[in-house]
Amino acid sequence: MKTLVIAFLVTLPLAASDDDSFLIRGATIHPVASAEIQNGSVLVRDGKIVGVGRNLAAPKGTRIVEGKGLHVYPGMIDSATEMGLSEISAIRESVDVGEIGKFDPQLRAEIAINPASEHIPVTRANGISTVIALPMSAGGGGGGFGRGGGGSIITGQAALVHLDGWTWEEMEIKKSAGMGMRFPIIPSMGGRFGGGDFPGARTFAESKKDYETELRELKEFFENARRYQKAKAAKERGFQIDLKYEAMLPVLEGTEPLIVMASRERAIRDAVQFADQQKVHVIIADPRELGKMGSELKSRNIPAILGPTLALPLHEDDPYDAAYALPDQFYKAGVKFAFGTFDNEFSRNLPYQAATAVAFGLPVDEAVKAVTLNAAQIWGVADRIGSIEEGKSADLMVTDGDPLEAKTTVKQLYIKGKTVDLDNRQKRLYEKYLNRP
Amino acid sequence: MSTPLLVWWRRHSCLLGRDSSRPRFLTAPRRVSARQTKSLRHGFNATTLAGLFAVSLAAATPPIVIQNATILTVTKGTLNGSVLIRDGKIAEVGERVTVPSDAKVIDASGQFLMPGIIDCHSHIAADSINEGSVSVSSMVGIEDVLNPDDISIYRAVAGGVTTANILHGSANSIGGKCTVIKLRWGKDAHDMIFEGAMPGIKFALGENPKRAGNPTGQRIGAGNVQGRYPATRMGVEDVIREAFNEAKEYQQSWKDYKQKIARGEQATAPRRDLKLEPLVEVLEGKRLVHAHCYRADEILMLLRVADDYGFKICTLQHVLEGYKVAKEIAAHGAGASTFSDWWAYKLEAFDAIPYNAAIMMRKGIIVSLNSDSDELMRHLNDEAAKTIKYGGLNETEALSLITINPAKQLKIDKRVGSIEVGKDADLTIFDKHPLSNYAKVEKVFIDGQMYFDRSSDLAERPERDTEKKKLLDKEKEEQKKNGPAGRGRPAA
Repeated sequence: MKTLVIAFLVTLPLAASDDDSFLIRGATIHPVASAEIQNGSVLVRDGKIVGVGRNLAAPKGTRIVEGKGLHVYPGMIDSATEMGLSEISAIRESVDVGEIGKFDPQLRAEIAINPASEHIPVTRANGISTVIALPMSAGGGGGGFGRGGGGSIITGQAALVHLDGWTWEEMEIKKSAGMGMRFPIIPSMGGRFGGGDFPGARTFAESKKDYETELRELKEFFENARRYQKAKAAKERGFQIDLKYEAMLPVLEGTEPLIVMASRERAIRDAVQFADQQKVHVIIADPRELGKMGSELKSRNIPAILGPTLALPLHEDDPYDAAYALPDQFYKAGVKFAFGTFDNEFSRNLPYQAATAVAFGLPVDEAVKAVTLNAAQIWGVADRIGSIEEGKSADLMVTDGDPLEAKTTVKQLYIKGKTVDLDNRQKRLYEKYLNRP
Repeated sequence: MSTPLLVWWRRHSCLLGRDSSRPRFLTAPRRVSARQTKSLRHGFNATTLAGLFAVSLAAATPPIVIQNATILTVTKGTLNGSVLIRDGKIAEVGERVTVPSDAKVIDASGQFLMPGIIDCHSHIAADSINEGSVSVSSMVGIEDVLNPDDISIYRAVAGGVTTANILHGSANSIGGKCTVIKLRWGKDAHDMIFEGAMPGIKFALGENPKRAGNPTGQRIGAGNVQGRYPATRMGVEDVIREAFNEAKEYQQSWKDYKQKIARGEQATAPRRDLKLEPLVEVLEGKRLVHAHCYRADEILMLLRVADDYGFKICTLQHVLEGYKVAKEIAAHGAGASTFSDWWAYKLEAFDAIPYNAAIMMRKGIIVSLNSDSDELMRHLNDEAAKTIKYGGLNETEALSLITINPAKQLKIDKRVGSIEVGKDADLTIFDKHPLSNYAKVEKVFIDGQMYFDRSSDLAERPERDTEKKKLLDKEKEEQKKNGPAGRGRPAA
């Protein structure tokens, strides 16, 4: 009897707490990494997936979640957002998206993420469990992503975070998943008439000069960072810590990718060349055309974060469906990609951006991967999130249908096995005013 | 990089019928020019014969039968069957329809036919949007700046849209006049106008009109406007009241004049006031008010101002907090045209909720979803699908938000907005159910004429690419001969 009591006491701390341990059963499981399982189960213990399959036996006392008629997917990942960095994009005081300065590798998006942002529960309600918060080139001004032209070149460290936690530390998956960068370009002259004929407009020659200057500055910055790296390694006398160059070390060492905003084919080519010269890893962000760069990206294993599919064509004479069909072009070229919304309030529409790509050619399984497993692989966390596999964090989305369809409702969301509250400010306002007498 | 020749080509290729994405069949010689149709209205002259000839050719267009489709009529249920189009109108709808021997038969097996989508708030096809220098700009109108070459027209048609309300901007408490158009891509500006649709006028409340009054407020589409009254929501109400006081006096001056004339007295006609005329039309119910608004307080303010002056607000546009005053909106009888899920882009949009459309519909308001965006306009069906999740609308209710409801709001529901016999043959074929995010538009008809066909669009791309390359090469050659073309301003 005494031994039994001791055994009980000993096993107690190991026993699964009800909070993050449960069995979902009778649902259609979509592990993403493997084929879907009808009438399947997912067993979660201490926030980790410990079993996926049919007829899983759960230890006695395990909380059972009945999943009949429901679908279980990995929580979705938005690979580029302003989440927590911006609340109301038109109000400068609520926006911390882009800092002043051309080279800002020392900036950390993570520490500026407001864990109490109203955007977080709104985004979660559609099944997005993880985002990249990306510092952007906004010249310290208001909200909105600068799609090239002016502002910062190196924008700071992007954070990979769970959309759950009392503090940004608790949200953290990877404090620096990549270094934000805007590749210098010669901006298009813009306007319907192609003319930059407004006060302050730059001529082509002036713009070209700006571009060349920025390229030179970029090269110099990397050269200086390498000198710093050598001086540090050699423990040179008089060596002093420099926060900017210090932040560049993981990039130079190849352990952290550069997330390079490059919309046009020419900018993508420039970025690839730059990666070759500097021997650094790059991820192409928000490409708006692929052109002839498919094989170049594929042969170098350079992945891409595709921006909104629901976007206008880049040029007036591009096919109307240029943006809709772009993901399929990347797929056919064999380039690995994930989707990002490059947004905040519309992060919740991530799955519908993916669905439109399916309407225009992308296989549906690839679209799902691009909001789950591909993203985890690109961000170097595929051992932890992105699919329903044993040993991974129990980031699970339970839906009443295909999650890429707008009419589908997310019924439950688990992050690290914890049930996430799907309530939000908008639902509360809905209920309050629906019941207004 | 845009070269001058390429820019010229982009701008004018539509006129040559060679735009990259414009179906070639639209350049067929059946086109009726504005000049020709105008001449018909102005009696016989030299061009009349040509005009009549063109019209008779158009009328002789063979009937079209769309077969085997799932037909989402919106107002009369859903059926599997066919539609007969004759003389630009829906002639028959049913499981079986007459198939005239000369009919062009389109097999739509497995596809979905719905009414052409109507966007109640758009700014495409306009060369300028905001006359922001004054807070009452009712003297200007979109009709004067319609641009039939805007590529956004074709892109919107490719998203299934057939009719759009083209509005003035929101920089002014009382903005410019609005025009309803059919997206007859390839026709000129005059022929795009939805004939018989009532004219409208834009009002705007809240942050946009007051920002022009705030010298530190930079965010407005009006360019570099000097600070001006109003700078608050209080001022916006006052501007509207002052304007309608003036309009009433002006209206009275004409009444007095006409009475004097009727009595056979000598009288001088009042000077026409182009600013006040449209407001008199509002007072007389001859011009529809489309009011940009966000917050509940300003919405209620405008309804009360309208009540005081005895006119109706036709639609509240955006109306993001409409759900808070749905009862009052329904009582006034205004329609509401909102976004599906836009929020948080500015302070007055922070209480916006995606359930807005559903709540307002449940409280008895005629609700539509609009785009206000060249991009969003291309997938209003996706926007409608969101209301199934946000607020639990059924499929027909969701579709009504982008078809019959905007038609009712614009008072064109006798002509468009549903698939019913006698209505204009403005129809869109999707390859899947339009409320699926996997659906795409295959074909679009306006007045029974096909204005978009995905298969033709795809088939013609190689030819257009070749043509573009030829032009680029030609320009390069010219540059070699003449030196680089100068463009933009010379370097300072």
